[in-house]
Amino acid sequence: MIRLEKRPQPSRLMSALTPVLAVVLTMVVGGMLFWALGANPFEAIRTLFWDPLFHPQFAAYSRPQLLVKAAPLILIAIGLSIGFRAGIWNIGAEGQYIMGAICGAAAGLAFYPSDSVLIFPLMILAGALGGWAWGMIPALLKTKLGTNEILVSLMLVYVAETILGSVATGLLRNPEGMGFPGSRNFKQWEAAHNAEIFAGTGTHWGVVAALIAVIFAYVLLSRHMLGYQVRLTGEAPRAARLAGVNPARMILFCLGLSGALAGMAGLFEVTGPAGQVTIDFGSGYGFTAIIVAFLGRLNPIGILLAGLLMALTYIGGELAQLMLGLPAAAIQLFQGMLLFFLLAMDVFTNFRIRLSQKAAA
Amino acid sequence: MDLSAINPVLLVASIMVSATPILLAALGELVVERAGVLNLGVEGMMITGAVVGFAIAVNTGSPLLGFVAAAVAASALSLAFGVLTQFLLSNQVATGLGLTLTGLGLSSLIGKPYEGIKSPTLPKLDLGPLSDLPVVGRMLFSHDIVVYFSLALVAATWAFLKYTRAGLILRATGESHDSAHALGYKVVLIRLAAILYGGACAGLGGAYLSLVRVPQWTEGMTAGAGWIALALVVFASWRAGRVLVGAYLFGGVTVLQLNLQAAGADVPVALLSASPYVVTILVLVVISARGHHGAPAALGKPFHATS
Amino acid sequence: MDDTLLRIDGLTKAYPGVIANDSVSFAIGKGEIHALLGENGAGKSTLVKMIYGLVKPDSGVMTLNGAPYHPAKPSEARASGVAMVFQHFSLFNALNVAENVALGMETPPPMRDLARRIRTVSETYGLPLDPSRTVGTLSAGERQRVEIIRCLLQDPRLLIMDEPTSVLTPQEVDILFETLRKLQAEGTSILYISHKLEEIRALCDHATILRLGKNVGTCVPRDTTAREMAELMVGSSFATPQARATEKGAVLLEIRDLSLPAPGAFGTPLRGISLSVRAGEVLGLGGVAGNGQDELLDALSGERLAPAGTVHLKGSDVSRKGPAHRRAEGLLSGPEERLGHAAAPDMSLTENAVLTAAHRKRLVANGFINWTRARTFAEEVIARFDVRTPGSGTAARALSGGNLQKFVVGREIAQAPDVLVLNQPTWGVDAAAAAFIRQAILDVAARGGAVIVISQDLDELMQVSDRFGALNEGRLSPLRPVAGLDIEQIGLMMGGAHDMEVADVNAWP
Repeated sequence: MIRLEKRPQPSRLMSALTPVLAVVLTMVVGGMLFWALGANPFEAIRTLFWDPLFHPQFAAYSRPQLLVKAAPLILIAIGLSIGFRAGIWNIGAEGQYIMGAICGAAAGLAFYPSDSVLIFPLMILAGALGGWAWGMIPALLKTKLGTNEILVSLMLVYVAETILGSVATGLLRNPEGMGFPGSRNFKQWEAAHNAEIFAGTGTHWGVVAALIAVIFAYVLLSRHMLGYQVRLTGEAPRAARLAGVNPARMILFCLGLSGALAGMAGLFEVTGPAGQVTIDFGSGYGFTAIIVAFLGRLNPIGILLAGLLMALTYIGGELAQLMLGLPAAAIQLFQGMLLFFLLAMDVFTNFRIRLSQKAAA
Repeated sequence: MDLSAINPVLLVASIMVSATPILLAALGELVVERAGVLNLGVEGMMITGAVVGFAIAVNTGSPLLGFVAAAVAASALSLAFGVLTQFLLSNQVATGLGLTLTGLGLSSLIGKPYEGIKSPTLPKLDLGPLSDLPVVGRMLFSHDIVVYFSLALVAATWAFLKYTRAGLILRATGESHDSAHALGYKVVLIRLAAILYGGACAGLGGAYLSLVRVPQWTEGMTAGAGWIALALVVFASWRAGRVLVGAYLFGGVTVLQLNLQAAGADVPVALLSASPYVVTILVLVVISARGHHGAPAALGKPFHATS
Repeated sequence: MDDTLLRIDGLTKAYPGVIANDSVSFAIGKGEIHALLGENGAGKSTLVKMIYGLVKPDSGVMTLNGAPYHPAKPSEARASGVAMVFQHFSLFNALNVAENVALGMETPPPMRDLARRIRTVSETYGLPLDPSRTVGTLSAGERQRVEIIRCLLQDPRLLIMDEPTSVLTPQEVDILFETLRKLQAEGTSILYISHKLEEIRALCDHATILRLGKNVGTCVPRDTTAREMAELMVGSSFATPQARATEKGAVLLEIRDLSLPAPGAFGTPLRGISLSVRAGEVLGLGGVAGNGQDELLDALSGERLAPAGTVHLKGSDVSRKGPAHRRAEGLLSGPEERLGHAAAPDMSLTENAVLTAAHRKRLVANGFINWTRARTFAEEVIARFDVRTPGSGTAARALSGGNLQKFVVGREIAQAPDVLVLNQPTWGVDAAAAAFIRQAILDVAARGGAVIVISQDLDELMQVSDRFGALNEGRLSPLRPVAGLDIEQIGLMMGGAHDMEVADVNAWP
């Protein structure tokens, strides 16, 4: 009979090891899935994890993509992880990401075609504000009325999507776009373009912001009183109250911060890789970032690595579509499985598995 | 705008159809939460039910078989949630989210070949003279069997929780798993059964979407219906009767906004399409302002028998 | 032997790292009240859980009425006539009395018949109870009646009672003992678990004493002194705390007419509480659990803000100030629940030191935590208060109850409080650690601090307090000097009139 036995304290070794175990398990089960879909499992795994970086033909294109895709994931996941640490479940990052892009883009487009150097910083600020404001809705409802933040933040994703559809075809539509939906293209407006900082590396300002966010979160959580209070709130809410933490302020901080970071990620995306506000701008980064946050163990450094890994599966997924004809949905399933296996493996951090002989009787 | 284009008889009839998927899913989740488990994977289970039900109905030509398969498939998916949360003690919120993300991926993978296909749909049930009644007949008595099944399920769920011993044990487990364990009840197994049942209900709801309501398969077609079902349970203060009221209310909002869009109402389309979600938020706000009465005390808390 | 009901022979149960029961043997006769005596952690709970089928023994046999008895689950135990009244954790707050009773029965009759039987049985045994009441609204004593009646409805041959009097006023204890003696007279055997020696001497025919999982002796309580039993129980002697005569100084904490609504559906409101504590004084507040103790602590620590003008610390009004401000001004508190309230279970002792000492011990500068200073402070607490732990990096939950309690109480005392408020400072703590903590409390007073100790352990309060008061339904009785108080007076202060009314069967419609 298998029995779980609680460890006297969480195992640090297992905590670091479980993501690796989860990745391996996902590869095995994912390989079987690809096999069932008619692809060679080894080839599929290699295409997903190896080829984007080392394929002689595609790597030159896909390597910089790694940072491009990882940056929004990391930026959003850092914000989410701080909330998750405090037991505050913002799962509407996708909505905050969209609203950040819309607000940032709108703020910039209001000054079109100015070439002031202040345009881009203004847009970043507006993007962060947009995401922040969208995050404050569930935060205020929770603090004032006790409304469940999970459901509200999620519902707001759908609201943000309808707003996106509306502005892409209305308010922000390119007046010179000959009636096509979508805003002006920021790639053609230098003052507002989130261009590569080092050509050919994929390093745009979002990457810089993501790195700063990682460092900021690391210092916050390990050294600062506020980060300590975040952790305390998540682990023992009553103890946090005893320590003098104001739970309402904690909710406002966490949802506001994760909203602002998601909004910034949206702005960097819309002015860079995406280029314009379109109906299908929302690409699911806000949801994938949830997986990234957990895969990175809600730890800033872990999230950095997890973000890169998840970006790899995105790019590898595109390659697999191209080369092996694997459907895009297979990759989505692959990512979902990763989260599942991680949560399953997590048990080893806090518990020991014991095989006990069938007890007497 | 031409409001006269909206036929009240058809409106009521389509509200019933529109409400049925979330009603089924919410009834399942109600039982799960009454057992003390918060499964946020309803959306994922619903869409899995939608795609599996559709695929099986297309392949066998039998929509009823589709419904059965949808229930089984979604139930199987919920088993993963059950094993993780009940045996491996994973966080219920995170695992539920994972279930939703996995379900969305799985469904679009399975559904690819079925896009743009029509499926056989359920026949309307002939209730004889009842169906022939003027107005009321078309409004209430000319639906398919699943609509009536969902109504019967409301009554059954209510009676189960209120009058049966199994219902009492289930509620007790959701109130205090430690007490239930001390009295010798198998908390984990009770909860696992509830989770599987909730999965089956969500699957039925999903299949109703793809086989009757729409009826075809498109990627991501649940569009938040699972989340609305979760909100409904809160709205209903964990009571079966109020789930019915809530589901028909939401069904009403959805149908009305579609009708208004079709009638060319003088309201921004974006506002209309967002209305079901905005209404959900508003309802949650009203409910929470009134205070959370009726939430099972052990909801979402992990249980590990130390001895 | 015909008059033996339950014979236990060589029962052993090991958990990783600890042998909870090591070859325990004893026998309970028919119609006998048998005490099971031991400190916290002596293995009493594990033993009764094995008898009740919740835990399977590793080895050993039990015989019930001459037949082999090995219940695989509680329902089998109940079917064999073994019933149990739990100390905690077996009632459901949101369900009503009848539903709670039904859940503890194998084949309950229909609800209406059950309600009638509950009334009949409760009247027969003098334990009045309304079957339709929601359990969460009952007092601790009434809740216990639900448990007892649940057992009695099944005509048990053996009734196990786990620390039944810890939630009762002295008068309620008398009522309970009446009931138990009545049951005994009807031939029911009772296994009575307690660590209260006088109770056992008053009630029990035989006693089995457990220490560290072993049966260390059997005695006839009436013929044995409390001291002898205590020595068997503890195994060694330890110093009893010594109060020092101290000068009572200025009033440090004053509460004026403090009222607060109940924090939740099943909480207790505070009703017009007034008190004051002087420097050098220990004020003991007794009362049955759930009469406003937690709520009072929250209002004093600042976790819940009080109406302006109600809480005065050293002459200034801190009613509207939060915990951090009150702590900075010298009001420190230690809540009852160690894991999750006084300490974060998964955090290390160093991190838990920061929990309340961040500002007073200057562990934080400009918002940044100085982990070196935090560790030093944690280690100071560990050393000064004899906390047994591998080090300050150990997670709080890895410590035993007594050691963690020494740490969290020590953490406050090491910050030199002007006013210290403790709720249940020695709850679930072994005798040696309890004595240590009580001495530390007295030392705070001796140093000129004012201390409020909230506790359900009357012996403890009599030992450490200068004055005594009792909480009942959120009200505070008048405060009386401890010297000269007798148990009868204390009982009246604790429950008095209110519970007597409830005990009147005819009071119902």
